Amino acid sequence: MVAVTEMLTDPLMQRALLVALLVGLAAPVVGTYLVQRRLSLLGDGIGHVALTGVAVGWLAGSVAGVTPHDALAVPGAVVFAVIGAVAIEVVRSKGRTSGDVALALLFYGGIAGGVLIMSLAGGSSANLVGYLFGSISTVSGADLALTVALAALVLGVGLGLRTAFFAVSHDEEFARAAGLPVRALNVTIAVVAALTVTVAMRVVGVLLVSALMIVPVAVAQLVTSSFRRTMAVAMAVGVVVCLAGLTITYFHDASPGATIVVLAIGAYVLAAAARPLVRRARRAASRDPHPDVPDDVLVAPARAEEAG
Amino acid sequence: MTAAIDARGVVVDLGGAPIVRGVDLAVAEGEAVALLGANGSGKSTLVRALLGAVPLAAGSVHLLGAPLGPRVPWAEVGYVPQRVSAAGGVPATAEEVVLSGLLHGRRLRPPRRGRARALEALAAVGLADAADVAVRTLSGGQQQRVLIARALARRPRLLLLDEPVAGVDVPSQRAFADVLGRLVAEGTTVLVVLHELGALGGLVQRAVVLRHGAVVHDGAPPRPAPEHAGEGHEHVHPHDGEEPARETDVAPAVRW
Repeated sequence: MVAVTEMLTDPLMQRALLVALLVGLAAPVVGTYLVQRRLSLLGDGIGHVALTGVAVGWLAGSVAGVTPHDALAVPGAVVFAVIGAVAIEVVRSKGRTSGDVALALLFYGGIAGGVLIMSLAGGSSANLVGYLFGSISTVSGADLALTVALAALVLGVGLGLRTAFFAVSHDEEFARAAGLPVRALNVTIAVVAALTVTVAMRVVGVLLVSALMIVPVAVAQLVTSSFRRTMAVAMAVGVVVCLAGLTITYFHDASPGATIVVLAIGAYVLAAAARPLVRRARRAASRDPHPDVPDDVLVAPARAEEAG
Repeated sequence: MTAAIDARGVVVDLGGAPIVRGVDLAVAEGEAVALLGANGSGKSTLVRALLGAVPLAAGSVHLLGAPLGPRVPWAEVGYVPQRVSAAGGVPATAEEVVLSGLLHGRRLRPPRRGRARALEALAAVGLADAADVAVRTLSGGQQQRVLIARALARRPRLLLLDEPVAGVDVPSQRAFADVLGRLVAEGTTVLVVLHELGALGGLVQRAVVLRHGAVVHDGAPPRPAPEHAGEGHEHVHPHDGEEPARETDVAPAVRW
């Protein structure tokens, strides 16, 4: 108990817990739309591009002589992630290159470019590992402010335009025929996804960023039947695994990002195992799922007529 | 009387192939028109072009008096696509799908009484009980009715339907014909793509027949081609993919 109080009064840990809470809330909101659009790997692609942005920011910072020399890394990631996300969306909507090839190009280009530019900028492999796997234990006051602002933006847009995002993600052609600004909405989702990636990058690193967006949604859709509840349950799962993972690594020396993602996967396994039991209970309580429609064929004896 | 749909010289190319080749189509307000033609004659593509869902290669379209674009009063235009586009990865209830039908260019959030209107529209297609059921667990016919409810929720003045009763069970077809009959009586303009007139035959005042992307008939609803009129005739629709859907004729009691 003393240890928990100590953890909660440690200012470094307070900042880290707040960032984890915000990321746990925001990432699954965007993840829900990505899963619905069958673009689960989009976050990964953006994360890889964000690494190039980190390296470019780093290079710009060391050339300009700003202190600390990585002050421009996160802004660089934001810029590159947004450009990358919009580029993926344009390629997807034009349908010129198939989506998975476009994503593959971004994956490899992003990582290779990031590592190359990082070495040009004089960064060490320890710096690189911080961005690849997260470095939540070193969140500064400025990082926290940026995280709060971006998370508020992601939550505001992601929840506020929920029905419109649902409409374009569920049935793009209907949305277009209904007069919805489909392209603007698609680009907005891509930009919000990019912002989420740069926020979550701090917690789990670019290599695992997509897991925080997608795995809570995968857990939620095992146990829900509506879009709204899927999003709500995913947000709850995201918050719980982020806070639990961070707390565990406060007491035991382990990578916070990896611990959080392993916890999320564990939640998925548990939900998948519990699902048949829930289904059985629900089925026992519910009615016959078949619509009450008379037979199309005459079957002797005419059961339906006798009963009626 | 103004034209609800006024399309002139509409040409649509998809992947370099001319799918619709110079179609003129005028539908007056309050009229109920069937768009007929064989599979692959360009009916669905024409409807999608009328709604701006596929680009025009040539020609012009006016809907409810405005040129295709943001000036069309989209809130008053309803569309029922042929099939649920591949259901997304996340479950959604019938009510959520219908609620999305209330949005348009000037409304990105559902109106305050949106839920009540969604439930009303579901009740109109006989699915009031299914509001909270995940769409993916409904039968094909019920899913089609959810899409019809999604178009009805916005209380359209102009309704475009793409084979709304293909693969729908006979009672659902009749229920749908009643709903549509009521809308037509109230003055809703209807353009409905059909493979054959069937249960909706009594509702339409005019039929336009497409062949190879061009209009070959525009006038009184034609009689079905002889080989389609037989009692035991079965349609197998190539676009139905997964299961060879048997189109339900209304009259016969035995369809196997």
